[in-house]
Amino acid sequence: MSSKRPKSKEARKIKGKDKKKENNFPTTDEGASELDHPDYIFPLVLTSATQELFGCRADEDLTGENPYKLLKKEDIVQDMKTRASVSDFSPVKQLVLDYPEDELLLVFDRDFTYGQSFYLVLTVEAKDNILKPSVQGDDEEPITHEEEVEEEEDMIIPKTPESHPWMSLGSEQEIEEESVTESRPRLRYKISPLLRRCGAPVFFSDRGALDRKEGFVECPSYQDKSFSIRAMERHTAVQASSDTKHSTTQTLWKYPRNTWTQYESREFSLDEKEHHLRSENMKNFITSVLTRFEISLQQNHIADVFCDDWTALCEDDGVLMGKTETTLKEYQSFMDLYFSKEKTISHIRWHPTISGVIAVSMTERLSLEERIDNSAKLLLNPSYILFWNFTDPINPQLQLECPDDVLCFQFCPSDPNIIAGGCMNGQVVLWDISAHVERLQDTRSGGKNISNNLDRNNVTPVVRYCAVSGIEIGHKAPITDIQWLPETFELSKLGIPVENPSRVSVQLVTCAPDCCVLFWDLRPPRAVSQSLTDVKQKSQEKPLENPHGVPNTFKHLNLTWKPFIRVSLPKIGSSGEYSPLKFSLRDNTVDCPTGDKPPQNVDREEGCGFAQLRVPSAKQQKPLENISTKLYVGTEDGELIYTDWKIEKDNDSGRLLSSKPIHRLLVHDTLVNTVSRSPFFRDILLTVSSFSFSIWKEGVTSGPLLRSACSKMLRTVGHWSLSRPAVFFIGKEDGSIEVWDLLQNSHEPSQIQNISSAAVTCISTSSISSKQHLLAVSDRLGTLHILQIPWTLRRSSNSERQIVKKYFEKEEGRLEYFQKRQIQHEKERKEMEAEQQRKKTEPMMSLKQEEELEAEALKEYEQFLALEKVILKNMGLLTVAEDRADL
Amino acid sequence: MAEVEDTLKRIQSINGVIGTIVLNAEGIPIRSTLDNSTSVQYAGLLHQLTMKARGTVRDIDPQNDLSFLRIRSKKHEIMVSTGGL
Repeated sequence: MSSKRPKSKEARKIKGKDKKKENNFPTTDEGASELDHPDYIFPLVLTSATQELFGCRADEDLTGENPYKLLKKEDIVQDMKTRASVSDFSPVKQLVLDYPEDELLLVFDRDFTYGQSFYLVLTVEAKDNILKPSVQGDDEEPITHEEEVEEEEDMIIPKTPESHPWMSLGSEQEIEEESVTESRPRLRYKISPLLRRCGAPVFFSDRGALDRKEGFVECPSYQDKSFSIRAMERHTAVQASSDTKHSTTQTLWKYPRNTWTQYESREFSLDEKEHHLRSENMKNFITSVLTRFEISLQQNHIADVFCDDWTALCEDDGVLMGKTETTLKEYQSFMDLYFSKEKTISHIRWHPTISGVIAVSMTERLSLEERIDNSAKLLLNPSYILFWNFTDPINPQLQLECPDDVLCFQFCPSDPNIIAGGCMNGQVVLWDISAHVERLQDTRSGGKNISNNLDRNNVTPVVRYCAVSGIEIGHKAPITDIQWLPETFELSKLGIPVENPSRVSVQLVTCAPDCCVLFWDLRPPRAVSQSLTDVKQKSQEKPLENPHGVPNTFKHLNLTWKPFIRVSLPKIGSSGEYSPLKFSLRDNTVDCPTGDKPPQNVDREEGCGFAQLRVPSAKQQKPLENISTKLYVGTEDGELIYTDWKIEKDNDSGRLLSSKPIHRLLVHDTLVNTVSRSPFFRDILLTVSSFSFSIWKEGVTSGPLLRSACSKMLRTVGHWSLSRPAVFFIGKEDGSIEVWDLLQNSHEPSQIQNISSAAVTCISTSSISSKQHLLAVSDRLGTLHILQIPWTLRRSSNSERQIVKKYFEKEEGRLEYFQKRQIQHEKERKEMEAEQQRKKTEPMMSLKQEEELEAEALKEYEQFLALEKVILKNMGLLTVAEDRADL
Repeated sequence: MAEVEDTLKRIQSINGVIGTIVLNAEGIPIRSTLDNSTSVQYAGLLHQLTMKARGTVRDIDPQNDLSFLRIRSKKHEIMVSTGGL
């Protein structure tokens, strides 16, 4: 009995609220109680009288902290006896009696955990269990508190799962089925042979399997029906496992090292070479190999091995009819409204370097009489050379002012800014347009310079001429042709071509119907005697500025210019002179003596003006050999003169005279209006006059290679094509152009095309761009037409030149043949005449001869008869009668 | 020796021949009318090509052997004759 705890007989407490239903006896720590009271706990209700009796009054003796009270068994029994059924302990009467010990535990159930305020613990073990922990644990704490704490601890402390007894779900049956157990004890047998057999000698022999039928057991295959069912499904297990392989490698540890190597080709020393050359082997080898080489080299010689047949194949076929356009298409036409009134174009020239720029010279459209009548008016109207640009068809780009109508002009070949022209009054005019070249060049790309249009004021600049020749010393008739000498040579005073060190064209040639051809030099003439004072004076003078802003290029020539060579053309065989209209020089571009070709476009320094150039002295000049000094001149009377321009010294009078023309050919009826050389052949000329034209070869004097038929329409001008050697253009009076193609027809033009209504005055071709060849045609009304040359007339085949050359050679051969035949004819004629002469001187002999002839004839006849008789006799054919008759 | 010289001169003097080189079997020039570096270059290149060509011919027919090789280019023609007698 614990004094601390008040005992209570009957009160039993039920354990706290635990959820487990199992009947277990955990300690109060575990708290394994159930909702209902366990068996050893019996809830009791104690009246207050009983409580006083046993000293377990609620909340007085038994409190929440001290709920336990031990009650004596005897007391309980006595109580039950005294109060019998009224006693509170009556329901547990039997249980109390059965209680083995003397004391029972009564627990005050303050919280009514088991339903009543007291409960009685029925078993000793439970009593011990309840009491023990409270005793053990330093336990003044009430059990409820412990229980509560323990309950809390229950939730915090993780529980290890309690092992439950195994519940069979049927798996042990499967295992039993699979496991192999011995169903019966193992049987043991001991087998041993008969003793007498042991140890006896044994003999082994071979026996084949096939010896006896029973030697082998055969298991033939048969179709077992039980296996006929095909297993459609089969459970198989597959385990994928990767193939593993162990391998090792070890790199060689090499550290990089710089190395280099130098090789040298193997060579023999001189001795070794000698040795080898002398050996027998060498000799044999060389001799054996030689023939092969010679054969191969010969083969190479026979046939050109490097000729590419493929590329050479296509060129022969020159007639490609892919492009059917053969007409000249009009590209553009220029007509100046202000300047072209009442004017005609006399000459056209394309600008040699700037593409798309063309210059035309405008002259008055008046006949000679009208000119004389209107001479006063003409002086007031200056004439111009207009520069046209393709980008601007209305306004000319540049105007060059001329002193008089310019009939012909040319650009200087070495410097395209210098233009020389020949006027109606016989003067030679020079212009320098260097200041305006940019304007011409700018206008090529006219579309870009729209902003510059405002600056230009739309006024074409007028350029005045730089220099004019002296009026009295030049020509006395209108200059009809002017040409520059090429820059490779120049002429000395005697007309001998000498080397030109400055590579600049400095000399001009002009001709006029005043029967002379003049040579002009652009450089200032050498003053023969000039005192030093004069020189100094001149250098001190300020250079006079030319008025009108004209450049000073030719100031030294102005108005004092005179020709240095005058070639007159005296007539062969008669007095008088020829009056040249056009001339043609041989194209003498000579290479430099060093062998290099002369540079095409050399930028000359500005300082090297013509004024600085000096005519070199006669000693310094080196004469050039290969230049032909002969020229062809077409005259007013339709003759073609071949003359030399060299001046000879007349021994008698000491004067310088020009030589007589070498020969003269009269071929045309009217004046020759064109003499032009073919650009492909240096010695082929085309001369055109009003009714016919001819092609000549230089050197062939018997006649023209080709002479055209007389045409109804006057021919006004002719021009070779620049791209095809067999093509040339003829302009006519009705404004049409004839295209002559020598490869097609030589008796009629291959094409006639009408360009304008007025007569054609000049034709010029340009081929600056290879894709576009343009033909400039001017007519008498002053309009300049630019036509596009079609592809057929533009493109020449490779062999065309050769074909044309052959054609000319054939014509030449024909002429020679004619000449020969003529000579032959002459000879024969002479012979025939001689014969006739001879016959005439023998008329008497004829009679006598006749008689004699008759006599002779008779004799012969008689001889013949005799002969006949003899033969017949010999043949036995002669009859006796005939023989006798003859006799 | 003199014959060899004469023959070589004869070949060289034929119109159209630019140069002549004589090599030994290993491709080392013995005699040449061209300058040294050109000779060495030609010798090396042509020797290899000749060996290749000869190998080709003999692969096709072992009884056969290369006798003459002509290389024609745009500008020149090279003729190689081997000593396969």
